Amino acid sequence: MTQLTILDSILGGLVLSISALFMLFGIGKLSGISGIFYNLKNIKSPSEYWRGLFILGLVISPFFAHFLGFSLPSSIDVSWSAIIIGGLLVGIGTRVGSGCTSGHGICGIGRLSVRSLVATIIFMSTAVITVFIVNNLLSSTV
Amino acid sequence: MKLFIALFSGILFGIGLIVSQMVNPNKIFNFLDITGDWDPSLALVMGSALLLFIPVYQILKKMLKQPLFANEFSLPLKTLIDRPLIIGAGLFGIGWGISGICPGPAIVNVSAGDPKIIAFIFAMVLGMYISNYVNIALSKPKD
Repeated sequence: MTQLTILDSILGGLVLSISALFMLFGIGKLSGISGIFYNLKNIKSPSEYWRGLFILGLVISPFFAHFLGFSLPSSIDVSWSAIIIGGLLVGIGTRVGSGCTSGHGICGIGRLSVRSLVATIIFMSTAVITVFIVNNLLSSTV
Repeated sequence: MKLFIALFSGILFGIGLIVSQMVNPNKIFNFLDITGDWDPSLALVMGSALLLFIPVYQILKKMLKQPLFANEFSLPLKTLIDRPLIIGAGLFGIGWGISGICPGPAIVNVSAGDPKIIAFIFAMVLGMYISNYVNIALSKPKD
């Protein structure tokens, strides 16, 4: 069970937003993580180095968060089958659909993109339906 | 300076994901479980992010012709709501609902060293490569 965390949620959202605005108006790039990550394959070109640094920042961020009194979850309570199937679908879906929670949900809607609004409504809906099915119809097997 | 901003933004974004607990799959499952013991926290995350982003974006976009440390903004040009967008977003949502993990939180969780996170990232990379074939299939015109 998790409890409603009002202050941390609002604070976290504001920090995400400040980061995305900083990157967009600083170096002109959107904080769409699936796209930045996928295109790490082009990292040999100096104009793409920023991708590596942004991802590195994500990787080392827990050390900074720790000093502020926030930590990562102590364990990932997800079954192996859910990890593999979920990972595959997240990989396929974010590339085919041109974005994930950050790119569509924050940067896209934030720029009032109708395309991103539609994508976000769709992935939120299918995620809610998936959790409903897993919890109510498959809970004895998964 | 460009690279410093990218690194700083990455750290800040990661901190935002940790503070808001987006990095905890259980938090995601309980947010998506609207017919069960719903935890609406993540709606506040997105809500507060957008409440700040939308007005500041509009103001800064008018003030700045170009980014402070780059020549131009790299923004997506597509505006069409096409089949790949709908199918891709749908598949992503199913994967997110199954695992409780999306790309940002997966990367932020790497340093904890949980083999499940490493496996998730491998599966995600494999999925990203498979997506090229899905895209080819979707781009074949029906008419």
